[in-house]
Parts: sequence; C-alpha cells; structure tokens
Amino acid sequence: MNRSMLLWIPLAVVAFIGGWFIYGLAVPKDDMLHSAMVGKVLPVFTLPPATAGIEGLSNLNMADGKPRLLNIFASWCIPCKAEAPQLEALKEAGVEIDAIAIRDKPEDVAAFLQEFGNPFRRIGSDSEMAVQLKLGSSGVPETYVIGGDGTILYQHIGDIRAEHVPMLLDKLRSAQ
Amino acid sequence: MMAEAGLAALWLAAAMALLQFAGGLTLMRGGAGQLTPLIKPAAIVQGALCIFSFFALMYLFTITDLSVLLVASNSHIDKPMIFKLAGTWGNHEGSMLLWVTILSVSGAAIALIEKRIDTRTLQVTLAVQAFIALGFFAFLLFSSNPFERLLPAPAQGAGLNPLLQDIGLAFHPPTLYFGYVGLSVAFSFAVAAMLTRQIGPAFARAMRPWVLGAWIFLTLGITAGSYWAYYELGWGGWWFWDPVENASLMPWLAATALLHSVSVLATRNALRAWTVMLALVAFAMSMAGTFLVRSGILTSVHAFAVDPKRGSFILALMLIYTSLAFVIFALRIGTVKQGEPFQLLSREGGIVANNIFLSVILAVVLIGTLYPLAAEAMGDKISVGPPYFNKTTAPIALLLMLALLLGPMLRWRRDDIKRHKYWLVGFFAIILWSGVALWKYAPNIGIFPMLGLAFALALAVAAWVPLKGRKLLRTPLPVFGMVIAHFGLAVSVFGMASESGFSKETLTALAPGESAKVAGWQVKLVDVNPVVGDNWVAIEGEMRARTGGKSFVLRPQSRQFFQPEMQTSEAALLTRWNGQLYAVIAQPDENGDGRWQVRLWWKPFVSFIWLGGVLVALGGLIALLGRMFRRAKKPAKNRWSEA
Repeated sequence: MNRSMLLWIPLAVVAFIGGWFIYGLAVPKDDMLHSAMVGKVLPVFTLPPATAGIEGLSNLNMADGKPRLLNIFASWCIPCKAEAPQLEALKEAGVEIDAIAIRDKPEDVAAFLQEFGNPFRRIGSDSEMAVQLKLGSSGVPETYVIGGDGTILYQHIGDIRAEHVPMLLDKLRSAQ
Repeated sequence: MMAEAGLAALWLAAAMALLQFAGGLTLMRGGAGQLTPLIKPAAIVQGALCIFSFFALMYLFTITDLSVLLVASNSHIDKPMIFKLAGTWGNHEGSMLLWVTILSVSGAAIALIEKRIDTRTLQVTLAVQAFIALGFFAFLLFSSNPFERLLPAPAQGAGLNPLLQDIGLAFHPPTLYFGYVGLSVAFSFAVAAMLTRQIGPAFARAMRPWVLGAWIFLTLGITAGSYWAYYELGWGGWWFWDPVENASLMPWLAATALLHSVSVLATRNALRAWTVMLALVAFAMSMAGTFLVRSGILTSVHAFAVDPKRGSFILALMLIYTSLAFVIFALRIGTVKQGEPFQLLSREGGIVANNIFLSVILAVVLIGTLYPLAAEAMGDKISVGPPYFNKTTAPIALLLMLALLLGPMLRWRRDDIKRHKYWLVGFFAIILWSGVALWKYAPNIGIFPMLGLAFALALAVAAWVPLKGRKLLRTPLPVFGMVIAHFGLAVSVFGMASESGFSKETLTALAPGESAKVAGWQVKLVDVNPVVGDNWVAIEGEMRARTGGKSFVLRPQSRQFFQPEMQTSEAALLTRWNGQLYAVIAQPDENGDGRWQVRLWWKPFVSFIWLGGVLVALGGLIALLGRMFRRAKKPAKNRWSEA
C-alpha cells in the first residue's frame, strides 16, 4: 500500500465508526434481559406459602397437563399494582395463575391481595430471590406462560397492560 | 419581548456566519472576492449577537419568565438564584446556545487578536469556524429553539434535575464546552492550513494557545466531574469508566497528544501531518463525546441528557465536519513536505513516544466504549467495565510515565544517553527502593498500585529536573508550566495508586449510639435527624469519628427532592492530610428495627487525585500566560517563520 492510500485510512475509520453510530441510533434499543430459560422445563423448586390461607408453590404443581401463567410479583412493587386488573381479567377468562412473591412479608402480601384482589391459585414465597434467579427473571413484575408439561413457553417482562391480555390468551390457547 | 429579541439576535448571528462562510468560499475559488473583507467584521458581529442572545436567555431565567417553554420546563420560582442562572445551560437548548456562543466568541477573538498567521489562512480559519457554527445554528433554530413561548404560562415551573442542583455540576458542562470549542478552533486552523498549504511553525504557534486553553478546560472539567461523581453518587469511587466519562477522557487524550506535538511543530517544524491529524481527531472526539452523551445509544449514569432525535442531529454534524476534514486531509497532506529530521533519542523522540502511548490509550478506550454497541449488533449484551479498562490502560500509562522521566530532559534534535546516566540511575533507585518497600510491607495491594506509587515517586522528582541549571527568574513561564503539570501528574497518579491499593471499607447497619470501625477510625452514629432545604427534605446522620484522641463530626445526608422527585445521597467527607474518611447514610434498614445503613470508607491520599488534576491545569495556565506574555513583549521569530 502506498502512502497516498494510507492517507484515506482516517476517513475510513470515521466512516466505520459513523456507520456504527447510525446503526446504534437506528436499531431500537432493547434494555430487557430475556431469560435463557424460555423453551426449557421449569427448574426444580418448592416454595413455602407467601401468606396464610393460600398454598405455596412447587414446580410440580405446574406440570399437571394444563397450561397456565406464572406471575412474579411483590407487594412493594408499584407496576404490580397496576397490572392487578389485567390479571383479574385473565382469571375471569378461565386462566389459572400461580405466583411467586419476591422478598415479601406475609402480612404485606395479605394486605396487597386485600386491596387489589386475588387472582392467584397458589403463591410461593421467594424471600431470597433464589427461584427468581433460577427462572432467569430480572425484576418484578414478570409473567411466564407455562405449558401443561411444565415447559416455559414465553416470558413477558414488565406489567401486563390491557393490550397484552389477548396476546397472553392466544399463547395459552395455542399451548393446549 | 426579551425572548423575541434573543431569537432575532440568533437569526442575525446565523446570517453573519453564512456571510463569513460565503466569503471563505469565494476566497478558495481564486483570489479575494468582494466578500472577503467582510469575513473578519462578520465574525466579530456574530460573536456580539450570540453574547446578546445568551444573556437574553439568562435574563429570562433570572426573572423566571414562565411564558418561555424552556424556563417553565427547567426552572422553578422556589429555586435558589445560582441554580436559576445555571438553569440557563442546564438543559439541552440552553447548553447548545452556550456552545454556539462560545464558538462565535472564539471566532471573534481570532478575528480580533490573531496576528501570527497570514491573512488568507486567518480568513479561511474563520470561514471554517463559521461552517461549524452554521450547523449548530440550524440545530438551534430549527429543532431546539431556546426562546419558544408557552402560552398560557404555568404558575410554577417544573424544576431542574436534582442531581444537577449542585454548585460543582453547574459549572461542569460549561467547562467541558470551553474545552470542546477550543478544540474546534484548533480544527478550523488545521483545515485552513491544509487548504492554504500553510502547515508550519506559524500555524502551530497560532493554534497552540487554543489547544492549551481547551486542554486546561478539559483537564479541569474531567477533574471536577470525577470529584462530583465521587461525593455525589455515593459509591465511593472516583472513576467508573462510564461511557460518558470516557467521552470526556478521549478528547482530553487527543488534546494532550496534540499539545505536545504542536510544540514540536512550532519549535522544530517536524511532525506536520501528524499534528494536523491530531487536531482533526481531537475535535472529532469531542463531537463523538457530545453525541454519546446526548444520544443515549450507550447506557450510562448520565442518562438525563438523552434524546435520540438530537443525537442524530449531532451525529450528522459530526460526520459532515469530520469526513469533509479527512477528505481534505487525504487530498492535501500528501503534498506536505517532510518536516525537519531528528534522532530517536531527542526531545522530539520523547514527544513521539508520548504521542504513541497516548494514542494507544485513546484507541483502547474508544474500543472499550464502543464494543458493547458492536456486541449488541451481533445479538449479545455486554458491558465493558473497569476490569478491561484498568488492565489495558494502566500498563500503557505506566510506560508513558517511564518515558516522562527522561523525555523533558532531552535536547532537541539529538541527545546522548550518557549525559543523563546519573539521573537514570537515581530514578531507577527510587523505583526499586519504593517497589521493594511496598513488596515487603504491603504485598497484597496488587502490581499496578505498587508500580503506580513507585513511578509516581520517581516522576515527582524527575518533573523538576528541567529547571536544573537554569536561572529561575529568567526561565520562560512555559517551562515552569511544564514542570508543574508533570509534577501534578505524579501527584494524581500517587493518589490513584494509593486509593486503589489501600482503601478500607465497612458496610454496616447502626442504631443511634452504636459504632463501627474502619482503618483505625471509630465512627459512632450519634443521632439521625430530619433536615429541610430549599427544595428537598433529608435525613441527616450525625456521626462522631475518632482517631488517635481526636474527634470530628460528620453529617452525611440522604436527600429526597421534590419537583422532580428523586433521591440523592450527600456523602460526608472528612479530609485529613493523609486521606479522606467518606461516610454515606441510606434509608432505614429494611428490617425496620431502628437501624440505618451506613457505609464508611477510609481512602488514603485520595484527594491527591484531584489536587494533581488541578496542578496539571495550573501548569497549563502558567504556560498559556507565558505564551501570551512573551508574545506581548516580542513576536516570536525563528528561521522557519516563513515556511
């Protein structure tokens, strides 16, 4: 390569980095951390009840042949309050919903259910976030579609908005 | 009324810039056209109009004119006056107005005072400067009008991001802007010198004070930003290799290299093409830095400044300026003659070593900063953090320090290593002695802190050697400046190495009356009280720290701001000559048993980091004064002045 070609290298570097930047701007940024567990069978766990009067949760409870939702929530989480009506709507539509309460106290969970209603069949208490980590969940709320054989089919990150309800119902239907 | 006047001034200033640029174009198309005599006056008028426009906006902020959208969305009637003033540039539109104001005022300053280069190069420089300004005028007038009205006017105003309601931070962005804009002047000079084929010592001497000035501001800006992050974010660290920090570090690295190479060009007429390229790279880096901060394509603690649309505008400007400049570079620089020769062991050789090491650090930081972006393009999520940056930059920085032990002592053109053998043996003895001592008494601090301390001690001595044998009163100020800046670097590195090698940390939950220990300090949480500020409430811990029979009071706060709502922690710092005690208090422990989360650090010599930074900037200032003072006495002349 002769000298005059070398002189174009800085421009090439500018073009390369510029292209990189344009790509960075053009591609919408995905800040969500998707679970690596999607498509795999639920990890083995057994959680004690999160509050009096409602059963705890084990992975075996969710492999009874029927597709369902698994909701990860906490009484201290504000978006979890926002998604309560949608969970209620899903329950009305005949969906079975199990839940895991993250770093919570029994009386707080009870107060939360009192105020926002209880769409859940079982609630396990994950006080150390151990099961949450096993599921590959990075925050609350998250909702998983679980197949009848206990396979994780889909992970919904963040609160369920009204527009997400039909989509979740679709996923559950196609899991039948 | 004031808002309309400010906007009108801005439009007129843009028209002046257009006139300036058109004048430059006619000049390049062969000989002086009718417009060329107007270039200089247009630059001066443009500067004056921008100053008017900026002060109009500042006035609107001081009277909190809520019928102006920008004021309404960034200020609040209850805000302290100093932050109302700072509100002028504490937002996107205002900061862009500040940017063009500084840019235009520098243009006016060049037009008024620059006498060292030929008129033609000067005029082209102003035209390039106007071309840069035009982009920012378009940005302001078409998509970021700071004077937009909001009718009907709201009653209160929204407030300023609480993290920014800090006196240090109020002046942090303008400091960096002065630096960035100074580099834009160097860029304009470099492009003009390429176009008029005047790359030589005269051009270098005209450009040097701007590079020096920009570099002083960047040094201060980085130092202040680092100290702000240290006491405001409450993590106890002083550099996080955050993308935004890197964005300010990269132009500084390029400017530091440029500062050294421009001296070679000014004094020895060597490193011509290289100096021009560094001038282009330095400005490109400051544009890239601004883009990274504003666009939010990288996740960062500075997320408050993010807006993708503005990001694309800045990106477009950056690509236009830098690619045009590099096209001119590729076409023209080949015709630049080789500069004066020198031997490897010479002052020039030392500066080349400095430039190579700085460029490698720059490349390493650039790659580390952009890598997550590339990884994401390939579907991977990665963040590149301190482990990468520390491991890659520290060894090169240490090599740079080694070169710095000898470099400033060397003669221009050629030197003989034998002349310096006693000094070399002396430095080696200092390094060996301190290395062995550390190895014996503190074997666990890690190799980089160990070498950093040893090299810093050697450099603290070596920095002063260039004064040896000189009559102090007759020594030129720039030599003093260099000595102080190099000594400042030693001080700063000493602080960094000591902090990273010897810091002690305690994280605990304390109830009032209980105590914790950290590195020989006994810290007792006496009480926790609520306190109220202008626009925040806080819990304030009262702590009594004891060591060696002496007792001090520390008052860390956890502040809750309203309008907008946000929580910040105000660390309490107790500075002793040999380090700082750093205390943070957080909200009550979640078990709710009346304890408070308390974090304590003892950081030996940590304040040396910023003290060193200030010394480096002070050295720069002394050198700058020296250049200006000497020029006032007699215009510098040497045999290359006609090159």
